[in-house]
Amino acid sequence: MFLYALLSGLTLGGVYALVALGLTIQYGVSRTLNLGYGEFLIGAAFAVFVMFGTFGISPYLLAIVVLPGAFALSWLVYRVMLMPIVRRARSPMALEIDSLLLTFGLLFAIMGIMLLMFGSNYTNYSYLSVPVRVMDATVALNRLISFGVAVVVGIIAYILLMHTRTGMALRAVSVDPVGARLVGIDVNWAAGLAFGLGGAIAAMGGILISTYMTFTAEMGVIFTMKALIVVIMAGVGHVVGALVAGLVLGLIEAFVAAYLDPGLTVAVIYAVFLLTLIIRPQGIFGRVAR
Amino acid sequence: MKLTRRQTMASLAGLGVAPMLGLRPKKALASGAPVKIGYAISLTGPNAGGAGTTILPNYHLWVHEMREKGGILVNGERHPIEVIEYDDRSNSEEAVRAVERLINQDGVDILLAPWGTAMNLAVGPLFDRNGFIQATSTAITDRAPDLIQRWPGFFPLSGTAASWATPVVELMNEAREAGHIDDDVAMISVADAFGIDLAGAARRAFGEYGFNLVYDRTYPVGTQDFSSILAEIRNVKAFASFSYPPDTVAITDNAQLHDFNPNVMYVGIGGAFPMFTDRFGESVDTVLTHGGLNMADERTRDYLARHEEVTGRRADSAGSIVMYAALQAMEQAIERTGTLDNSVIAEEMKTGTFDTALGEISLASQMMPDIFKVGQIRDGYVVGLGPQDVPGRGEFIMPKQPWPAR
Amino acid sequence: MISRSPTPYVGILAVAGTLALLPLYASSYQLAFAIGLLNFAVLATAWGLFSGPTRYVSLASVVFFGIGSYTVAIVGEVMPWPAVLLVAALIGGAVALVVGLATLRLAGIYFVIFTFGLSEMVRQLVTWYEVNVTLSIGRYIFLDITQTQIFWQLLALLAIVMLGAVALQRSRLGFALRVIGGDETMARHFGLNPTFAKLALFVASSMIMALAGAIMAPRWTYIDPAIAFNITLSFQVVIMALLGGMHRIYGPMLGAILMTFLFEALSNHFPQAFSLMLGLVFIVIVYLLPNGIVGRLEEGLARTRRKPATASAKVGERT
Repeated sequence: MFLYALLSGLTLGGVYALVALGLTIQYGVSRTLNLGYGEFLIGAAFAVFVMFGTFGISPYLLAIVVLPGAFALSWLVYRVMLMPIVRRARSPMALEIDSLLLTFGLLFAIMGIMLLMFGSNYTNYSYLSVPVRVMDATVALNRLISFGVAVVVGIIAYILLMHTRTGMALRAVSVDPVGARLVGIDVNWAAGLAFGLGGAIAAMGGILISTYMTFTAEMGVIFTMKALIVVIMAGVGHVVGALVAGLVLGLIEAFVAAYLDPGLTVAVIYAVFLLTLIIRPQGIFGRVAR
Repeated sequence: MKLTRRQTMASLAGLGVAPMLGLRPKKALASGAPVKIGYAISLTGPNAGGAGTTILPNYHLWVHEMREKGGILVNGERHPIEVIEYDDRSNSEEAVRAVERLINQDGVDILLAPWGTAMNLAVGPLFDRNGFIQATSTAITDRAPDLIQRWPGFFPLSGTAASWATPVVELMNEAREAGHIDDDVAMISVADAFGIDLAGAARRAFGEYGFNLVYDRTYPVGTQDFSSILAEIRNVKAFASFSYPPDTVAITDNAQLHDFNPNVMYVGIGGAFPMFTDRFGESVDTVLTHGGLNMADERTRDYLARHEEVTGRRADSAGSIVMYAALQAMEQAIERTGTLDNSVIAEEMKTGTFDTALGEISLASQMMPDIFKVGQIRDGYVVGLGPQDVPGRGEFIMPKQPWPAR
Repeated sequence: MISRSPTPYVGILAVAGTLALLPLYASSYQLAFAIGLLNFAVLATAWGLFSGPTRYVSLASVVFFGIGSYTVAIVGEVMPWPAVLLVAALIGGAVALVVGLATLRLAGIYFVIFTFGLSEMVRQLVTWYEVNVTLSIGRYIFLDITQTQIFWQLLALLAIVMLGAVALQRSRLGFALRVIGGDETMARHFGLNPTFAKLALFVASSMIMALAGAIMAPRWTYIDPAIAFNITLSFQVVIMALLGGMHRIYGPMLGAILMTFLFEALSNHFPQAFSLMLGLVFIVIVYLLPNGIVGRLEEGLARTRRKPATASAKVGERT
């Protein structure tokens, strides 16, 4: 029982962490909240669903095509759609509202395209849904892989951000955009890059999830909000925080289902989130002054 | 406040007059004039998956077949059909407004029902106030008998929750008598209307039949990982899940993965959908689920073939044929009465018998008689098994075949 | 500048009085449309009442709206209608008080997502309660309340809210709130209690939303937590209010009117491509109306008035 809950929690939490990671990079660096984030995840899920169905290539291999695509699209979203409003914004508040409205439109536009292409039916396929023994519990290989990929992506992102010049530039913009500009960092370049990275990570999440979850064209916003919960709980822009908070939420969900009542999983998740914010209004790892 | 002739007649007939506004008087149908058929249904939102599987293809099929015949036959003449389709976006308020629009702006002659219990109940007063027939196979409510009294044009074809849950328990009882399961049963349900109402009815029925519910839990909509739940009920031989399509898939997948092999297994909505058997293929043969067809009946097979040919997709094995048969009954009632006056048509529907895909039917009870509410998956369709007195019952194969090795 | 002219009050009453005659002429569909419009106008105005001066973006509208609807479902048949409305408003206010005390120290996006989490949690808890305690998830509402009565109630509510909002803006508290919007520390220096002011507004705004939910509930016959606490409503309200423009009392209402017409036009003409069209229209609106509808209107007015002067007049900037 304990082992099942642990495995279930880790696989669930791994995906939460991964999806939150992408969003926290996007939001932290560019300061524009992308409500259309989850659409990239679902878009990738549909892309691999179609390509897997037509060519029979492993969804994981398809990442080679899907991730650059998602990167490029997200980058374009920032450069083409968001830059004009970033330029015209006269205050952070104005930017916050404009980007919220604009990406809300983006959410509906992408969702609308997917609805026209795929309808609103339940979509699923099966890939590597084979049992793997872990001590005396079984877990699906596709879930195990998705946890593994989440861990690897998390580590890579951490190394890139903490130990490369580009990563340092991104972090600098995230902490202090004005200061970053003064030391010669192109803030728009950094924000575009962050958007692209975030979009690619969302697409990775979509690929992983699609192998074991039933999805519809309208589910993107669910993932956006779940990711936002994790991002906010950890503190905006905090990469390690997002990973930890994502994992913890997944574990809580699994243990509540196993030991308390499956009917309370979602309620407890939100209760934990609300309590966290009441105790620490800037998120667990958030800086007090922004 | 002005009363139209039809309303006056309705009130004379003792149906009572509700305060009405802006009701258009029924105009006589001119020769060659189109008949307007309208509906608001969930094209998007959480209800869209169900609506797009069970209801919408049948509306399309019905219209297609009438058009093939040259239109709808009213008063000895075939009239062309004009279809008006709106999206209620799975939202009660949108549904109310769209139906108002269909009635008042578009002036439809025939209104078709939306998908699901909530949507149907939301627009029920509107259909009733404007005297339209509301026939639906997707509203399952314990208030059905009460609603029929309230809304004379309401045909809740699928009846009450108990009528869906009890046959499941009866089959379990059969399996127990055959020695395949013992008294212990595990049950899970989704925390939404269908899950809770059916689980409630099943709980009572399990009690009546002397079963022992060893596990009885509800999970939130959207749950996709059932491994901890299944780990807890590993050794139970009878299992029922009153679930929604995405969870039905996840539960089945998890059960196969963890080699959870009860001798009798029932899964909820989605099990009778083509998407389910497309995904799992033969591995889910002998699993029990909602709905069911009399596969020995030629009319049923003919319907399935027509459905696939015209809509390009297979019909589900539950609400589809029921919805279609009711539409056929309505069409025949229109032909017989020679009018588009819904109250006259409704009267005919309640008194006549009709030749439909489900055979010779009578809708006197305003519910569809003799339909299967539980069946067993076989070769991509669901073979009807219960209630036991429905004619054309298939063979109940026990125990459930073990999952193939993965 | 604090004006004491009675013109706005008279204007609101006159407009409401005229509109009250609408049910005599409108078709039942037009009335249904008007009800939808009024509902959003009330919600958006109530939202703006709190969020306009305080700059808090709340996604909790549906919590209070849902509380109102559920109150009707639970006590609707055992109490006289005015009492039902009163109970709905009181429960909404009480919940708002608790929530407000706990959350108003959150800032920016943290508050936004908190309120989102709150509405999801409330929905889950109500579901859990219904599943485990009442053992049935849906509730039926059979009340003899006609469309016309709903229309009148919503119209009256909107008129009262508008009157209250104008009165508030002219009051000391209203002034205090504008100061807070600009600078909280400053407000403290002036001896204003910003927490109390914010809390009072939050409670008032929530009570109005609860009332709207209660008035609307009899339209649907059947409610369950997914219907009553549908988060889409919160998003719609925010979008409407922001598009209308937050720095004028009538801004959110204008946004609600425009968006309701837009929604209706799109769903009538593009039932298959509603989402796509909505998204595209939205994106275009954001580019064209940087300061909301009100901002654009005032800009236009300013330009025609001061034609000869330099065109640098920037009115109604969203700050």
